[in-house]
Amino acid sequence: MAIDNKIASEEKEAKKKEMILFLSNTEEKESFLSKNNRKLLSDPLNDNNPITVQVLGICSALAITVQLEPAVVMAVAVMAVVAFSNVIISLLRNLIPNRIRIIVQLVVVAALVILVDQILKAYAYDVSKQLSVFVGLIITNCIVMGRLEAFALGNGPYKSFLDGIGNGAGYGMILIVVAFFRELFGSGKLFGFEVLGHKAAVAAESTGLYAFGYENNGLMLLSPMALIVVGIIIWVQRARNRKLIEQNN
Amino acid sequence: MDYINLFVRSIFIENMIFAYFLGMCSYLAVSKTVKTAVGLGAAVIFVLAVTVPINFLLDQYLLRPGALQWLSPEYASVDLSFLSFIMFIAVIASMVQLVEMVVEKFAPALYGALGIFSPLIAVNCAILGGSLFMQQKSFTAVTEAITYGLGSGVGWFLAILAIAAIREKIAYSNVPAPLKGLGITFIITGLMAIGFMSFMGIEL
Repeated sequence: MAIDNKIASEEKEAKKKEMILFLSNTEEKESFLSKNNRKLLSDPLNDNNPITVQVLGICSALAITVQLEPAVVMAVAVMAVVAFSNVIISLLRNLIPNRIRIIVQLVVVAALVILVDQILKAYAYDVSKQLSVFVGLIITNCIVMGRLEAFALGNGPYKSFLDGIGNGAGYGMILIVVAFFRELFGSGKLFGFEVLGHKAAVAAESTGLYAFGYENNGLMLLSPMALIVVGIIIWVQRARNRKLIEQNN
Repeated sequence: MDYINLFVRSIFIENMIFAYFLGMCSYLAVSKTVKTAVGLGAAVIFVLAVTVPINFLLDQYLLRPGALQWLSPEYASVDLSFLSFIMFIAVIASMVQLVEMVVEKFAPALYGALGIFSPLIAVNCAILGGSLFMQQKSFTAVTEAITYGLGSGVGWFLAILAIAAIREKIAYSNVPAPLKGLGITFIITGLMAIGFMSFMGIEL
């Protein structure tokens, strides 16, 4: 009898736990920014950053970081594409046959990128010229495909949207940091403003830092430095966050 | 002579990885051993050499402003170039699928080696990038497009081969812990890119 009682009470406990889990799950769905949902947003910024940890989407990240302005535009464009393609695929996830899902995903993403491209051409023509083929390359940006495969195919639309925004922001953050250093040290400007003073042709007329003989580092403007800056960002991040360190070379 | 110039330019000076950073995701993910790197590199050469000419013909006869003139002169003002992204990616995805099926049927051994890379190739930026750069360069003949596709493929192949060989060797050296893996690979790639910059300005 005692054992029976014990088993019964254990069963009750288990059911209770299930109920609590179930309740907390439904609660999560109701509350707009619950803990889990916030995690979806904040995780990609550090522990699960798409560029420095998941190694996705580096292709377009580096070529457009010479100046801050195109980097910011690119970050916003990628964020929009990831978020909305996540929502669309998440809504379609039960209708897509598994074998042709990559083509379906590519078509959805390509349609969104065409929209972004046309909007940029209409409202920010100069930036769109600067970005050239790299707007089109958002289609094959591995972040977009990676999030669709890993998240949107298995989760509801609202969570997928948050995940998209989070990953887009994680990507944009790295992009903006790299562009900040490259523009500051490469041309002494931020968003095109001369923050380090004006460098005149005649040395005596220079102002700010340039008056003391400071020179811009032209190497920062060349593409290889983008790779090295990202390498250093990874170094700093992993030195501060030791659980990300890889065991093998 | 022009073709040799274009070929060498696309391999060394406009190298997909070192000049434009295209295809970096698979470049970083698959470069741990030389053997797999060679497999993926060969697949990329093949797909680029096939898709760039196809997309060139598509661009020439369907997409660019006035391209539909061969149908009827009244279509001279039609501009479908806004559709190029979706057309190019559709061609690439279906070509990859087709190549995969053909190879599976006729060369199972090769399929065993390349088959696992096919999804990686469909979303490789270098493939779509090749087509988009082709569109920007406004080639005039399909042979030029073939040369460009082949050249960029070979350039990508060389780059992934080199980094894979270096990564195999670097396993024996003492890299600072936070730099291990991804970090050091980025920095080495940056140094290699500086090396490749010395090809700039070569005219054949």
